Amino acid sequence: MDLNTLWFILIGILFVGYFILEGFDLGVGIWLPFLGKNDTHRRMIINTIGPHWDGNEVWLITAGGAMFAAFPGWYATLFSSFYLPLLIMLLALIVRGVALEFRSKHDSLRWRSFWDWSICIGSLLPALLWGVAFANFIRGIPIDATKNFVGSFWDLINIYSLLGGLVTLTGFMLQGALFLSLKAAEPIQSIARYAASRIWVVATAVLIAAVIATYFFTDILQKLGVNPGPVPIGAVAAVLVCGWFIHQKRDGWAFAVNSLAILFTAATSFMILYPRVLVSILDPNFSLTIYNSASGPQTLRIMSTVALIFVPIVLVYQGWSYWVFRKRITADPSDLHY
Amino acid sequence: MDPTTGILSQWQFAITSIYHFFFVPLTLGLSVLVAIMETMYFRTEQAMFKRMTKFWGNLFIINFAMGVVTGIVQEFQFGMNWSEYSRYVGDVFGAPLAIEALLAFFLESTFLGLWIFGWDKLSKGMHLAAIWLVAIGSTLSAYWILVANSFMQSPVGFVEENGRLVLQDFGALLTNPYVWGQFPHTIFSGYTTGAFFVIGISAYHILRRHQSDLFKRSFQIAAVFGVIAVFLVVLVGHNQAQRMVQLQPMKIAAAEGLLETEDPASFSLLTIIDQKTLTPRVSIRIPRVLSLLAYNRLDGEVKGVNELQAAFEVQQGPGNYIPSIWATYWAFRAMVGTGFLMLLLAAYALYRTMRNQLTAKTWLLGIFPFALFLPYLANTSGWILTELGRQPWVVYNYMRTADAFSPSLTPGMVIASLVSFTLVYGLLMGADIFLLAKYARAGAEPAGEKRTVEEETYWE
Repeated sequence: MDLNTLWFILIGILFVGYFILEGFDLGVGIWLPFLGKNDTHRRMIINTIGPHWDGNEVWLITAGGAMFAAFPGWYATLFSSFYLPLLIMLLALIVRGVALEFRSKHDSLRWRSFWDWSICIGSLLPALLWGVAFANFIRGIPIDATKNFVGSFWDLINIYSLLGGLVTLTGFMLQGALFLSLKAAEPIQSIARYAASRIWVVATAVLIAAVIATYFFTDILQKLGVNPGPVPIGAVAAVLVCGWFIHQKRDGWAFAVNSLAILFTAATSFMILYPRVLVSILDPNFSLTIYNSASGPQTLRIMSTVALIFVPIVLVYQGWSYWVFRKRITADPSDLHY
Repeated sequence: MDPTTGILSQWQFAITSIYHFFFVPLTLGLSVLVAIMETMYFRTEQAMFKRMTKFWGNLFIINFAMGVVTGIVQEFQFGMNWSEYSRYVGDVFGAPLAIEALLAFFLESTFLGLWIFGWDKLSKGMHLAAIWLVAIGSTLSAYWILVANSFMQSPVGFVEENGRLVLQDFGALLTNPYVWGQFPHTIFSGYTTGAFFVIGISAYHILRRHQSDLFKRSFQIAAVFGVIAVFLVVLVGHNQAQRMVQLQPMKIAAAEGLLETEDPASFSLLTIIDQKTLTPRVSIRIPRVLSLLAYNRLDGEVKGVNELQAAFEVQQGPGNYIPSIWATYWAFRAMVGTGFLMLLLAAYALYRTMRNQLTAKTWLLGIFPFALFLPYLANTSGWILTELGRQPWVVYNYMRTADAFSPSLTPGMVIASLVSFTLVYGLLMGADIFLLAKYARAGAEPAGEKRTVEEETYWE
C-alpha cells in the first residue's frame, strides 16, 4: 500500500471517529430543548456531553489538518467549493460551542433559553450539512480543469444531497438519543430511549432510501472507485439490529451497533470515492485523486511517523477520559458542572 | 478572479485573527498560572489555594471557549478563502497544522474536560496533572502554529517544484531561526497577559478589601510571574527585531519610517511619511540609536525603504514592495511602548507585594485594573506589525497575497462571510466579556460554604 492510500484511509478514519463521537454530541444538542422539560433536566442532558464535546470536535480539526498536509489540492478545492455550507457550519459550531460553555453560567431564564436554542440549531445545522457535503462528494460537483469549483451554492442542493443530509441528521439524532439513554439517569434515560425508538423509524427509512438512491445518483455501478460491495447493506443491517436492541432496552449495545452503522455509511462514501477524493461531474479527468492532489513523499513520510506515534496515544487518553466519566449523570448538583 | 475577493478575504482574515488572538494569549498565560495555583494547593493542602484555583480556573474556562471556537475558523479559512495559497504551500504548511491538532489540541481539550468535570472523579495528583497538560498543550499549539507562520515570514526547508513548494528538510522548518524568535516572544507575551489579568482583577478586590487574603496571594504570584514574563518578552523582542533586520529588512525600514539607507542609522521619535510620494512630512530622529538597536553597537547600516524597493524590483520584477508605513510604524510603537510600560508596572507590582504594601497608597494600586488592557493592545499591534509588515507577500519572496485567494469565490460570498463572522463574533465577545466581568467581580467562592444550585457558580 502506498503512502497516498494510507493517508486516504487515515483521513477516512478521522472522519469516521468524528461522526461517531461528535455524532452523539450533536444529537444530544439537537434533542436538548425537546427532551429537557426543566432546567435541571436540561443540565443533566448537556452534562452528559460536557467533558467530551470539545475533544470530539478535535477529530474534525485533525481531519482538516491532515487533509491540508497530505492532500493540499483536496483541501483547497473542497473548502473553497463548499464555501457557503462551510460558513454556515462554522457559524453553527462556533455558536454551539460557546453556548454549551455559557448557558449555565448566568441565572436567567431568557439567557438559558437563548443558549439552549443556540445549542439545538447549532447542532442541527452541522448534522444536516455533513450529509449534504458527503453526498455531493460522491455524486460529484462541477470542477474544471484548473481544479476549481465552477458551480454555485445551488449546485450543491439537490434531491440526493438533501437525502444525504437527512441520513446524517437522523443518524446523529439516533446516536444522541442512544448516548443519553446510556449516560443520563432517570427520568432522562427513559425519555431518551423513547425518543430513540421514534427517531429510529425515520433514520432507518432514510438510510434505506439513501442506499438505494446511491445506485442511481452516483457512479457506484461503473466501478470507478472501489466497489463497496456489501458495506452499505451492512449499514442497513446494523441499523436494523440497533432497533432490536432499543426494543430490548439494551442501551449500550444499541449505541455500539449504531456506531457501526455510522462507520459503514462513512466507509461506503470513502470506498466509492477511492482513489478519487472529489468527483467532477464535468469530466472524469478533472476529478481530484489521491495522486494529483497529494503532497510529496517527504511530507507523507514525516506525517506517517507522527501519526503512527501519536494517534495511539490520543486514543488511549481520550478513551480513558470516557472511562473516568462512565457514571450516569443524575440530578445531583455535584454532577451538574455545566 | 476579481481582486476585490482577495481584498475582502484579507479583511476577513485580519478581523477573525485579531478576534482569535484576543483570547489565545490569556489561555496561554492563565493556564500556567492556574496550574501553579493548583500546585500550591497540592503541596500545602490549604483550602484557600483550592478556592483560588477554582476562581481563576472559572475565568480561564470562559475565555478558553472563545479561543477554541474562533480557532476552527482559522484552520478552515486557508482552504476556503486562500485555495491558491493552500495548493502552493500545503506540502510544507499543512504539516505543522495537522501536527498541532494531533499533538496539542487533543491534549488541551481532553484534559481540560477532565479538569473541569473531574474534581470529584480524579485523584488530587491526576487532577493537577490535567491542568499542567492543558498548559503544555496550549504552549505546544503555539509552537506548531508559529512554525507555520514563520514559514510565511521566512521560508526555509523546501524546494520549488512544478509551481509549488515542496518540503525538503523538516528539521530546518522546526529550527527556523524566525520561529525561535517568534515562539518565545508569543509565549511570554501570553504569560504577560495572564499575569496582568490576575494582577488587575486582584487589585480590584484588594482595593475593596474583599477576600483580601486570597487576592493578595494571587497578586503576589502573578507579580513574580509577570515581571519575569515581561522582561523576557522585551529581551526576546529585541533579539527578534535584530533578526528582522537580516531576514525582513523592509518590515523594519517601514516600522522605523526609514526611507533612505543610513549608517549609522537613526531611530525615529516621530516620523510621518506620505506613502504615495514617499516623502517625509515630519521627521524627528535620534542619531545612531537604530544602529545600536540593530547591532548592539553605535554604527552599522540599516537599509531604507527606497533602496529595498529598488532591490526588490531588480530581483522580483516591477511592483510595489512597500507595506503600509503608517500602520507598521504605529503598530511597532504601540507594541514597544506598551511593552516598556508593562515592564515598569510589573516591577512596581512586584515591589509593592515584596514590601507587603498591597493595602497602602491605594490610588496607585488603582492603576492595575486598567493596566489589564495593555497586553491586549501590545498583542494586537504586534500581529498587525508582523502580518502587515510582510505585505505584499503572503509567503515572503515567493507568493503575493494578491495571487493567493480562491478564484472560485465571488465578492458577494466573502461579504456574506465577513459580515456574519464580524457580527457573530461581536455578539459572542459581548456575552464573553459580560460573563468574565460578572465572575471576576463576584470573587471566589466564600470559604467553608457551598453555593447552592440556584446561585451563580455552576461548576465545582
